[in-house]
Amino acid sequence: MLEVSPEIEKTLDGILNKYISDEGNVISLLQDIQDAFGYIPEKTVDWFSRKLDIPESRFFGVITFYAQFHLKPRGKNLITACCGTACHVKGSDRLISALFRELNIPEGENTTKDGQFTAEKVACVGACSIAPVIIINKKVYGEMNISKLLKHIKVKHEE
Amino acid sequence: MKSDIKIKVCMGTGGIAAGGADVMNAFNKELKEAGIDASVEKFCSMHKVGCRGLCAKDVLVDVIINGKKTIYQYTKPDMVSKIVNEHLIMGEPVAEWVAGEDYYNFHEKQTKVVLSDCGNIDPEDINAYIAVGGYEALKKVLTSLTPEETIAIIKKSGLRGRGGAGFPTGLKWEICRKVVSSGDSPRQESDQKYIICNADEGDPGAFMDRAVIEGNPHSVIEGMIIGAYAIGATKGYVYIRAEYPLAVERLRKALTQAREKKLLGKNILNAELNFDIKVKLGAGAFVCGEETALIVSIEGQRGMPRAKPPFPVHSGLWGKPTVINNVETLANIPYIIRKGADWFSSFGTEKSKGTKVFALTGKVKNTGLIEVPMGILLKEIIYDIGGGIDKGRALKAVQTGGPSGGCIPAELVDINVDYESLAKVGSIVGSGGMVVLDETDCMVSIAKFFLEFTQAESCGKCVPCRIGTKRLLEILDRITRGKGKDGDLELLENLGNDIKAASLCGLGQTAPNPVLSTLKYFRHEYEAHIKDLKCPAGVCNDLIEYSILEEFCKGCGACIRVCPSGAITGEKKKLHKITTAMCIKCGACFDVCKFDAVKKG
Repeated sequence: MLEVSPEIEKTLDGILNKYISDEGNVISLLQDIQDAFGYIPEKTVDWFSRKLDIPESRFFGVITFYAQFHLKPRGKNLITACCGTACHVKGSDRLISALFRELNIPEGENTTKDGQFTAEKVACVGACSIAPVIIINKKVYGEMNISKLLKHIKVKHEE
Repeated sequence: MKSDIKIKVCMGTGGIAAGGADVMNAFNKELKEAGIDASVEKFCSMHKVGCRGLCAKDVLVDVIINGKKTIYQYTKPDMVSKIVNEHLIMGEPVAEWVAGEDYYNFHEKQTKVVLSDCGNIDPEDINAYIAVGGYEALKKVLTSLTPEETIAIIKKSGLRGRGGAGFPTGLKWEICRKVVSSGDSPRQESDQKYIICNADEGDPGAFMDRAVIEGNPHSVIEGMIIGAYAIGATKGYVYIRAEYPLAVERLRKALTQAREKKLLGKNILNAELNFDIKVKLGAGAFVCGEETALIVSIEGQRGMPRAKPPFPVHSGLWGKPTVINNVETLANIPYIIRKGADWFSSFGTEKSKGTKVFALTGKVKNTGLIEVPMGILLKEIIYDIGGGIDKGRALKAVQTGGPSGGCIPAELVDINVDYESLAKVGSIVGSGGMVVLDETDCMVSIAKFFLEFTQAESCGKCVPCRIGTKRLLEILDRITRGKGKDGDLELLENLGNDIKAASLCGLGQTAPNPVLSTLKYFRHEYEAHIKDLKCPAGVCNDLIEYSILEEFCKGCGACIRVCPSGAITGEKKKLHKITTAMCIKCGACFDVCKFDAVKKG
């Protein structure tokens, strides 16, 4: 059994109450956990599994099914590269490889070692008319190119 | 003379990305400084509006003085002061920034039903929607029509589902309506029914649903309430992608406002209708756009589809009869009720009635959101509305229907755009993505792109889709790497057809389409990759080399600075050179060169 601090327990209790009053939906519950912590810490799954008498496997089944859920902490800055069709034909592939190269993200990972940046791909953000699109900390930037992207990263590095 | 000034700033996702909020702030500041906001003679109001289509020219600003509209394009905050001084105060529009011919050509061949109020009204203000006739249709239905009569109107209009499959909407409603009375539900008598709005717009290259919800969320809500009345549902859900934060925010605001006006809740408009809507956020799985997968996802499980029948109209959410309609379908409903079935069916072709919204993107000049009557010629969309191919290149193909659709080659550009005609050439209308490809796009790479997507999004439940798409992708991958073999093309065809025939849900049944349609029309390109080890379009990295053209290189050093692997050498003002062995083919030099001196191929 993994211990959670009283502080975390309070947050989890709040999420639990919402879960009980609102149709008992595992996906909403996980979305709430992720909103609170930025990712889904394994010990919170353990905590809910015991409270609700739902096997942990069901939670992990849902977590790993949906692209939105993360089991590892995320970087301070989140850079999302859109790789939808319109972005693809306008060269998002080259942007994405430049992004991972510039941030020096280890193979198979998506967060820098210092936890400053997370880079990820998203299927399509639906801003195709201004392709290629990069989202930096929830702000959408259209008609991106490599030199603009590198400038943005530099600015974030200095912050 | 008292003048009435309205300023409308485009604040959809595209408008905001282009700096819409800054433009809006600049207007507020300038208006204050000019004293217009406090002036009695000049009644001035600012409105943020949703997408009006031509996102390529954002930020678009309408200035309407006493009903006379001037449209500014590419507006930046530093342009606002001049617009306020010369136009608002002196009455002379700033001619150099006014939208030109392109803007009017873009709109000329369009017919707006769903988008008629999009980009015109403030999506965050229910009164703006009511002022243009919003919720009139609901009133009409509740006061003068029975549910059966309502369904009859929708049936007569010929409206078909806009999510892709094109099932007649009125018929779907009728079947669901009748489930209780005839008792033909597998679960027998049903006390509860649901209506779900499918806003899980996952097709890469499509953003119609996002734009409708961002631009006019109340039309969708009104459509849902009318649908609920027609089928007898008391609860509704909007299943929307979490990747659309602005749409989610505006939808939630709209729902709150609708509740305050008693348009949702108990005894809607004092009639005997109880209905409310909940928002469910998708968690990033493309397959959840499939209706049975969407249902289990709302129930909180892994979104895996199941076999049909039973169809959701018989056994849907929590096993109850459920109607699932797409955003655009629902947004059509209020207009059909208000203006009549005959009005709606006067647009379109015999079998495809009404209009369709498309997301026109890729290599056309005017990218954006368009609404056209069904049956319009494809070339009218590309050349008249889209303004032709960007950079003077040649059209190669048009990809419609996203990962479930196909590529229509340039020589078929004369076809009509409707459900039947597109199906005949091996593509689909789908949800409405339309990506225009030019001569620099490699069709094998496009097919591979879609397969990468469907393979990653396959839920893994059925073998043909899970393993079949993986094998298809492997073959495509080796072809793009110059390792294709004899017989690969036949294998792609056989395997593709098997996956189509044997997969459980729409995802697998349509996943091979991009491969099969490109094979049909662009077989020579596949063959060039396999036999000549060449990528004719110069896209596939393993089959191209970068080099510098002596006659164009000015020796500016720009490529040397961006090259991440140090493969480019040369002195200033002298010819630069790429050492092929060191080149990682990232294309940075190609992108940065202003003199087109970097050659790919």
